[in-house]
Amino acid sequence: MSLIAEVIRKHEAELTSDWIKEMASSTRRSDLLKETELKSQTTQFVRALGAATESGSTEDIAGTNFSAVREILTETSRSRAAMGFTPSETATFVFSFKRPFVSRLQKEAKDPQSLWSETWKFNELLDKLGLYTMEVFQKSREELISRQQQDMLELSTPVVRLWEGVLALPLIGTLDSARTQVVMESLLKKIVETNSQVAIIDITGVPTVDTLVAQHLIKTVTAARLMGADCIISGIRPQIAQTIVHLGVNLSDITTKSSMADAFLVALQRGGYSFVKKTELA
Amino acid sequence: MDRIPILRMGEFLLVTIQVDMHDRLALTLQDDLTSRISETSARGVLIDISSLETVDSFIGRMLGNIASMSRVMDAETVVVGMQPEVAITLVELGLSLPGVRTALNVERGMDLLRNSRRHGMEGRR
Repeated sequence: MSLIAEVIRKHEAELTSDWIKEMASSTRRSDLLKETELKSQTTQFVRALGAATESGSTEDIAGTNFSAVREILTETSRSRAAMGFTPSETATFVFSFKRPFVSRLQKEAKDPQSLWSETWKFNELLDKLGLYTMEVFQKSREELISRQQQDMLELSTPVVRLWEGVLALPLIGTLDSARTQVVMESLLKKIVETNSQVAIIDITGVPTVDTLVAQHLIKTVTAARLMGADCIISGIRPQIAQTIVHLGVNLSDITTKSSMADAFLVALQRGGYSFVKKTELA
Repeated sequence: MDRIPILRMGEFLLVTIQVDMHDRLALTLQDDLTSRISETSARGVLIDISSLETVDSFIGRMLGNIASMSRVMDAETVVVGMQPEVAITLVELGLSLPGVRTALNVERGMDLLRNSRRHGMEGRR
């Protein structure tokens, strides 16, 4: 049995209480985490670490003997990421175990040589565990970000029914391939659902139109045409008109209007409607 | 089933594709349709592809070809009821079927044919 495992086995209770004390001086966030919860986390961790060091080497934390330790760290890290701990606060949870442990180790070691080598081993082990905690922390944040991205993607492409047979698709934000795919699909689905003949794509909220974005727009319009619906592109700002022409993009096959109001009027006229002001009727 | 039925409705022909198109079926349809147009001297052809769920480049090109052939024989072609997935696939394949008229459903397609027929006759007078 290695000296590390021996020390943990012998002083499990003291280590835990020392550790909690240590954390109180460094990173105890009593506003976010309850005392009892912290206590159960530390107790579990110390016990699992003892079992892990007893049953195998301390070199490889990816090994099976460390699976329980990894599980506890994953759980702790995830819950802390969700609770709003900072990355360094989360990492310090592991690192703050160094001082209480090493001071116990000092008392147990028989000679300076073994104290040095065991301390070094323990240091390396805790560094790895700390890094692992950070990785999990990072991953759970990234999951959150990608989920929000997905949400935004879906939220930002509403298809609105303006009139019988007239749909509007106000686009806001930069258009990339993934987003255009979502836009195209939701528009085409809505065309079938509502049996619409005209769709107005409004690009007022699109900051820049380059060749790629123009290509995407043309594809969407073509797909809608194949299904039997006409598309009108509206909201073309002066700068965008200039870039389109400078880039040599050919939009001549597509009806374009400068404002949504104009496009809507054209759509209604195509549907056979005509509008007269009440005063003109009289 | 090795043939797609071609129905006659007045001066128009109605083709509804209810099965998965394979290459030979498409070629047969092309033969049948052109001969039916000349037999019946039809003025318009309506192709309903609402049950068609997958297309490849060959079928896409066939649709374009059939439309062009009918136009040469003085019958206008309208393709109706294309599914969103099919439309996206065709666009990704670069087949935008220029010159083919499209409509959302059979009803709209028939309206389109009748209207263009009326306008055509006015123009000839």
